[in-house]
Amino acid sequence: MIRDYFRVLVVDLASGKGKVENLPGRDEVAGGSGLGALLFTKYGQVNSPWDAPEQPLIFAIGPLTGYFPLMSKTVAAFKSPYHDQYAESHAGGRSALALKFCDLDALVITGQASRPSALVIGSRHLELKDVSYLWGLDVYESGKMLRRMLKGSGHRSIMRIGPAGERRSPMAGINVDSYRHFGRLGGGGVMGAKNLKAVVFIGDGNFPLMEGKDYPKLFEAVHQKLTATDMMQKYHNLGTPVNVMVLNELKALPWRNLQATTDPEATGISGERFAEVALLRNHACAGCPVGCIHIGFSREKFHADYRYFYRQVSYDHEPIFAAGSMLGVTDCFAVLDLLDVTEQMGLDVMSAGVALAWATEALEKGVISENDTLLPLKFGHHEVYEEALRHLAYGVNDFYRLLAQGTLKAAAHYGGQDFACVLGQEMAGYATGEVFLASQALGFRHSHLDAAGYAYDQKHYDKDIGKALAFLEKDEASRAFLTSLVACLFARGVYTDELVAECLQVVGYQALADNMGAVARHIQKLRWQTRLATGFNPAGVTIPRRFTEITTFKGPLDAEYLRALKDAYARRILELGSPEPD
Amino acid sequence: MKILTTPRLGRCIGCHSCSLACARLVHKRLSWDMAGIRIGSAGGLSTGFEARTCLACNPAPCATACPTGAYAQRRGGGVIVRKNLCIRCGLCAPACPVGAIYLDPTGEPFVCLHCGRCVPYCPHDCLEMKDVGPGSPESADLKEVSS
Repeated sequence: MIRDYFRVLVVDLASGKGKVENLPGRDEVAGGSGLGALLFTKYGQVNSPWDAPEQPLIFAIGPLTGYFPLMSKTVAAFKSPYHDQYAESHAGGRSALALKFCDLDALVITGQASRPSALVIGSRHLELKDVSYLWGLDVYESGKMLRRMLKGSGHRSIMRIGPAGERRSPMAGINVDSYRHFGRLGGGGVMGAKNLKAVVFIGDGNFPLMEGKDYPKLFEAVHQKLTATDMMQKYHNLGTPVNVMVLNELKALPWRNLQATTDPEATGISGERFAEVALLRNHACAGCPVGCIHIGFSREKFHADYRYFYRQVSYDHEPIFAAGSMLGVTDCFAVLDLLDVTEQMGLDVMSAGVALAWATEALEKGVISENDTLLPLKFGHHEVYEEALRHLAYGVNDFYRLLAQGTLKAAAHYGGQDFACVLGQEMAGYATGEVFLASQALGFRHSHLDAAGYAYDQKHYDKDIGKALAFLEKDEASRAFLTSLVACLFARGVYTDELVAECLQVVGYQALADNMGAVARHIQKLRWQTRLATGFNPAGVTIPRRFTEITTFKGPLDAEYLRALKDAYARRILELGSPEPD
Repeated sequence: MKILTTPRLGRCIGCHSCSLACARLVHKRLSWDMAGIRIGSAGGLSTGFEARTCLACNPAPCATACPTGAYAQRRGGGVIVRKNLCIRCGLCAPACPVGAIYLDPTGEPFVCLHCGRCVPYCPHDCLEMKDVGPGSPESADLKEVSS
């Protein structure tokens, strides 16, 4: 349904009741990232802590969701348990299309349920179910139970948390349809604080399409670009794990808590290795013919008589970095075993892997002791990491409870800040150079996807702060617009400005098509304003010394250039988020 | 005469491109329900996917159940659909032994017309139009009306 407003369902978990609100702003913020910020401005409390019951948990889609291929992602927005500031996390699976077919542009969840609950939404359905019996179950078990309990097989999205989320961990993600995640910045902890074990979208609505042949014709052209050309080959073939060898050869893959940027053992966890021996099959997000999701298996021999069980585990570059190279684990099946435990616990694998890498080095250096870790953590020893992941999820002692708050918080207490691989949050799997480091440290989501700093590093050998800054600002605005539609960023090469304008126009959003640049800048500004209002101080962000000690394909990192770039970017963010017109 | 078959459904990745194409091109809707082929997980995503689509029965139980002739036997299997004759009684859907007919909230039934327009949208070549012998000009005309 094409609307010039947003149809938003606001549910209060305390009462179990909801209200449909029609909000203006479509032509100003589009949807997705822009809508998340708009809704947080309306429903969020900038000065209350993240776990105050009134804080909203927002799920938003965009004007092109479902209408074109790869417009298949959902934006989750919330005040983060990680830094107690406004945050976004993105996921696919079936979440976007299912929410679309609930006939909603966004769901806003406020309040706290009196008992562990599941919120079930459909196009003609709203129900808050008491699921106390699921509290304590892991992500897999919860998913199985919910599938059996609820209708809509194939056309629903089941988002749930595991033990980490129930404990309100800042490193807890929200599992989406088994193989995708709102992983970063503690969305799972927000659900836990709300006593919300699961959110389910039953996508049982439908919409009339535009008259005429223009829309199906344009759809066909987009579909062709995405499937018949080689533009998406990388994602269709080895998937994101193709990056493992590429980055390793570039000396840009973090190893053993970033003590190295390359290692010959990378071949054991390469995309090629996974594909050859561990890949079971591929999956797609609903509405995406590319199908970049790669699923491997984790097999466990539980009896000497060759008795096994197995689980299917999705893998990507970032999880392989976090549970593989960063922990010195160089066997693909050992990585899958770690990913399997991470999934069960409902942890964000990137945060957890990087945190345990720091803990391992801290233990080596005597900064902490085995009294803290309870385990002889050692790079490459994946069995101890399996147990450590459970300790981290359950918060079994003071050390693991503090570590789950963030590596830098643990380091501030125990020492070892210099080698905490934190760039706003635990680092992503790239060590390409100064622009990436500044981009993740200061980026809105502290994600390598906020702006393509990693690509800029690979293409530019000058150290021109003005040029780098201009690139980061422009790329961020462009991506913020795409994530307001809500496009998968893997399709950013296909969805050029011209094509996006055509898509918006043919669907009926002429004003958005005509003002994309201005809307993108407005969304960028609104997001920064919202983040700054909740306490973000870009000038106070530090980049730990470890990052300045690395050597990449360009040679030793230039610490002075990094510092100057970071400071300049911080000043620019303060300007972008200022109340005055930019 | 051709029918839609799903000989390589084991390759399905659950993108729903086939359902969305049917709804978009045949029924002019944005939907993954209002389609002659619908994808579900076969007991959770970890067990793969199944397609709910017409197996081209001949005789077709849904056509037998239809009291108004809105569903009539199609040569080669399946049904010819004349929407203008449908009174939305809903008898066709439970008559289908494989659950291939979707009733929308108003009671309008949706079933595969074996037109094949979904086939090119499958990225893994799961679907195939299979020749089941000669049809008649009369049934070809009716199919055109129905779609």
